[in-house]
Amino acid sequence: MAASRHTAGQADGKPLLCLEGIVKQFPGCLANDHVDLAIRAGEIHALLGENGAGKSTLVKIIYGVLHPDAGRILWRGEPIGIANPAHARRLGIGMVFQHFSLFDSLTVAENIALGIDDAALRKGLDRRIVEISRAYGLPLEPDRAVHDLSVGERQRIEIVRCLLQQPKLLIMDEPTSVLTPQEAEKLFETLRRLAAEGCAILYISHKLEEIRSLCQHATILRQGKVVAECDSRLETAEHLAELMIGSRVNLPSRQPAGRQAAVPKLEVSALSLVSDQQFGIDLKDIFFTLQGGEILGIGGVAGNGQTELMEALSGEVLAATAETIRIDGIAAGRLGPAQRRELGACFVPEERNGHGAVSALSLSDNAFLSAFRSQDLTRSGLIRQERTRRFAGEIIRLFDVRSRGPRAAAQSLSGGNLQKFIIGREILQQPDLLVVAQPTWGVDAGAAAAIHQALIDLAAGGAGVIVISQDLDEILALCQRIAVLNLGRLSTPRPVDGVTVEELGLLMGGIHETPRKIEEKDSGFVVEA
Amino acid sequence: MSPEAINFILSVITAATPLLLAATGELVTEKSGVLNLGIEGMMLVGAVIGFATAVHSGNALLGVLAAAGAGIVMSLIFAFLALTLLANQVASGLALTIFGTGLSALMGVGYVGTALQPLPKLSIAGLSDLPIAGPLLFHQDGLVYASFLILGAVIWFLYRSRAGLVLRAIGDSHEAAHAIGYPVIAIRYAATAFGGAMAGLAGAYMSLAYSPSWSENMTAGRGWIALALVVFATWRPIWLLLGAYLFGGIMYLSLYVQGLGVALPSQLISSLPYLATILVLVLISRDRIRIRLNAPACLGRPFHATG
Amino acid sequence: MWLRLESRGRRSPLWTYGSPVLALLLTVITAGLIFAVLGQRPGEALYTFLVAPLVNTGGLPELFVKAAPLILIGVGLSLGFRANVWNIGAEGQFILGAIFGGGLALHVGEGGGWWLFPAMIVLGVLGGMAWAAIPAFLKTCFNANEILTSLMLTYVAQLLLLYLVTGPWKDPEGYGFPQTAMFGDSALVPILIPETRLHLGVVFALAAALAGWLILSKSLLGFQLRVFGLAPRAARFAGFSENGLTWISLLLGGGLAGLAGLFEVAGPIGQLTPSISPGYGFTAIIVAFLGRLHPLGVVLAGLVLALSYLGGETAQIELGLPNAVTGIFQGILLFFLLGCDVLILYRLRIGSRSVPAGPAPDMAQAGTAP
Repeated sequence: MAASRHTAGQADGKPLLCLEGIVKQFPGCLANDHVDLAIRAGEIHALLGENGAGKSTLVKIIYGVLHPDAGRILWRGEPIGIANPAHARRLGIGMVFQHFSLFDSLTVAENIALGIDDAALRKGLDRRIVEISRAYGLPLEPDRAVHDLSVGERQRIEIVRCLLQQPKLLIMDEPTSVLTPQEAEKLFETLRRLAAEGCAILYISHKLEEIRSLCQHATILRQGKVVAECDSRLETAEHLAELMIGSRVNLPSRQPAGRQAAVPKLEVSALSLVSDQQFGIDLKDIFFTLQGGEILGIGGVAGNGQTELMEALSGEVLAATAETIRIDGIAAGRLGPAQRRELGACFVPEERNGHGAVSALSLSDNAFLSAFRSQDLTRSGLIRQERTRRFAGEIIRLFDVRSRGPRAAAQSLSGGNLQKFIIGREILQQPDLLVVAQPTWGVDAGAAAAIHQALIDLAAGGAGVIVISQDLDEILALCQRIAVLNLGRLSTPRPVDGVTVEELGLLMGGIHETPRKIEEKDSGFVVEA
Repeated sequence: MSPEAINFILSVITAATPLLLAATGELVTEKSGVLNLGIEGMMLVGAVIGFATAVHSGNALLGVLAAAGAGIVMSLIFAFLALTLLANQVASGLALTIFGTGLSALMGVGYVGTALQPLPKLSIAGLSDLPIAGPLLFHQDGLVYASFLILGAVIWFLYRSRAGLVLRAIGDSHEAAHAIGYPVIAIRYAATAFGGAMAGLAGAYMSLAYSPSWSENMTAGRGWIALALVVFATWRPIWLLLGAYLFGGIMYLSLYVQGLGVALPSQLISSLPYLATILVLVLISRDRIRIRLNAPACLGRPFHATG
Repeated sequence: MWLRLESRGRRSPLWTYGSPVLALLLTVITAGLIFAVLGQRPGEALYTFLVAPLVNTGGLPELFVKAAPLILIGVGLSLGFRANVWNIGAEGQFILGAIFGGGLALHVGEGGGWWLFPAMIVLGVLGGMAWAAIPAFLKTCFNANEILTSLMLTYVAQLLLLYLVTGPWKDPEGYGFPQTAMFGDSALVPILIPETRLHLGVVFALAAALAGWLILSKSLLGFQLRVFGLAPRAARFAGFSENGLTWISLLLGGGLAGLAGLFEVAGPIGQLTPSISPGYGFTAIIVAFLGRLHPLGVVLAGLVLALSYLGGETAQIELGLPNAVTGIFQGILLFFLLGCDVLILYRLRIGSRSVPAGPAPDMAQAGTAP
């Protein structure tokens, strides 16, 4: 079903918000370099750019969280300084953050109340939450604790919190990164309706098809500068991508699956696990196998058990029985990460800082962290420093890691380079099985392409690779088979050829709608499917 | 109820009150995300300053106020280190305890052995003369009543007021609170100062009411027990009441049993409160889920606004 | 805020070593002010406190004798703190080591032989380890916070010692004083330099510092401890055993503290009394921080804080100042140290702007020397 594009609402001559020559400098990084931006009432305006282009910084300036070092902000033609978020809210600017500003231990109503400064508006809040959330198709129950809610529901809180203050400008920072395709479509309906009512929307994203279908205008940032302003409805996705990245990037192509070996590299049967996270998801009855030479993708919206699955596979959390997880045929469920590495498995967790690497330590030390057994980096309990440094140097060289050498601290690297280092560290150990979570999260396009190619090459060499990712595009580009994780359950893996985005979207959000519907019908709410 | 039983309850109240006061203050501090291990030091300084002020001015109330003030000043040293200079909160709290212990010993040198009238008990006309409830409920000194009133006020504050909601939010996620625009550091300073005032009051109770006198290290670990009480109550104020009185009972019991001349070494009995603290800590901590659910998520984590 | 911190982006090597120096300087100035308030002449009081102990009789060897327990305990604590295991009960472990070793000495009495002292050393270590094993067990099996459990056990240890010296182990010929009999000659620690109190414990202390440094910077175990403290999830990822590292941290700290206790009672004191430690277990925490959680730095820090003990004693004798001055000096030193450590990762700026939030690093790990 083709998405309808809504024409812009009533817009007078003057822009609602105008940024002129905004400059913002951080130590070691010029985040915004003389940025100009103009948004009109009733317009849905995209702010496009890849990770690190300066989008988040710019909107934080608009919302009063940061102050510009130079430049002007004009609101309805009048120059103003936005002192803080409360001031921004008084002006009528609302913001839905990418990383939600929610308090897990408090209720929906308490969370919304905290975002509303005017005491008068807080009267009768529970009733108004129900009214507005239902009116805009984002139903919420005021008394539920936030930690019980799914990610999509949490986003609704952020949006309803803004809507209650009747914003004139709504800023949305990468809203669909945590939604299923169906939820994203519902969000777009809400946004179009708001625009029709005269609200301006500043929509930040790096997803091109979304922007083309939703937004009228786009401002494109690259490395802190505005490189283009256009009518996004008239541009092709390829041209937008080129403007965003600045050059053509060679996208790796998916390879066909290799021959089926006798023994699968990884066999997971009936994996069930109670989560030890504070607000975690229990894994329920997961089954799948992985052959050598293939890349299996595990998709799903964040918060559906990906962390728990990663920990179960890496051995950081042990399975109930040894046979639950077989690596190369050997029962490994009760083995820890060190022993699983001895079986030829390697892992790249979702978090670079503090999990996959230690930011305060050097690259050499970080290389030692997971590779010291396989690369023989100790002797009689002492670290072999020279050998470790050489290994780190190999990683840096072969994976084009921009750094000051093996002695450089991990925190001195950019996100993309650190990710390349970590993935390189695991790949150079020549694993038979590699499990990676979120391989290109927060990584620039060049590094992302290099990482994808490295994964494809590894599989081509006979290893089995699992990619756990929230980014459907990434999985579709890399993997031969795909399974979807939802509330701790894994769908049956199926070949990527022949699966549609709609189908995947339903799997990502589908299973939990059904029980919720019954519950909400009893309480008088109607869930719009 | 026999006079012995009444005396027993009265003594338990006396033993529990400093624990309740100090733990209430620390609970508010921790709810905002700050872990202040310096309670013992703040209590001691409060005790000695309260005592000295009462001795010189002849006015017990002045002593109590001075003690609270001293507690606030001590806590602000910690707050400056931990909140503004981002020092490790565990180390800073320990530093406060070590400093406070030494400072109080120094200040108290001239007061060891000085006698003082205990805090006057307040009577409520008519009610104090009731048979059993009279002496128990209506004939206590001001700080005992204060301990209940303040606990009630804290419960109302945390769960019924906007300011308390903001404080709890800061303890849950200081990044989110800051992003919305709340002054995280300022509120944490206030919460820490409140904790300091309460610790000062607890110390004042020790030197002005419990045993009207001063001696070095007179709190004997009560500050640490107050910390354990906050964990025992899983950060829910009403449970502090139970915990404080439970421990008050154990502390009084050790004195009582010794007085009976039971054939157990006195030191073993004296160690009961500490052993009980360990036991209670173990029992509560076992339930990791409940601890994680109730402990403020940002407890002990430093907050820095970058720019 | 009126005082703003601007991140340097990396650790400043200048301030990693400069911060303790600045802290010492500020402490000395503040101590001078306190002396003035107490009615002393600051210059004279500072001389008495800082210099006189060194030039007096006893002097340097006495400094090492006082520093030995601080260094021994400090080394153990520095390794544990690196792993984010907060052993606050070293004082109690010290006492248990003294009890175990001293108990053997009392049992043997005047007899014994060459084997007695080595056996006492072993028992001292075991005693401290046993007392530290309790918080280790409670933490790994019940998730009980080790700060509170180890601290509570310190109070229990003090009561246990009091019970023993006033009860079953009281010296029958001691005129009723709470103390045990003096240890026999073969139970006393060998003296290294005649006419001084410089004993074998000093050698053990320096050896422990050296061994601690080797372990921390060059061995796999040291790497595991460091990673566990910096990033526990990364430690799990690497396959390091959280429980194992917790146990090792506490046992190491406990064993060294127990050893220090043994040397103290078999050395300068020569018997068991209720007050065998002027708070060494707590001062050692300051020693560990002042020494940048680095075993070799701990040696220097131990000497500095030993000086503060000697200074306090000298000031008490010559100036009539109360003993508590030592505790205040130590507490202030730790305050200034924690405060100056901010300069390692941040620059100070005076200004007022509201700014966004960012992750704040763990300053305890910041103040460490590589």
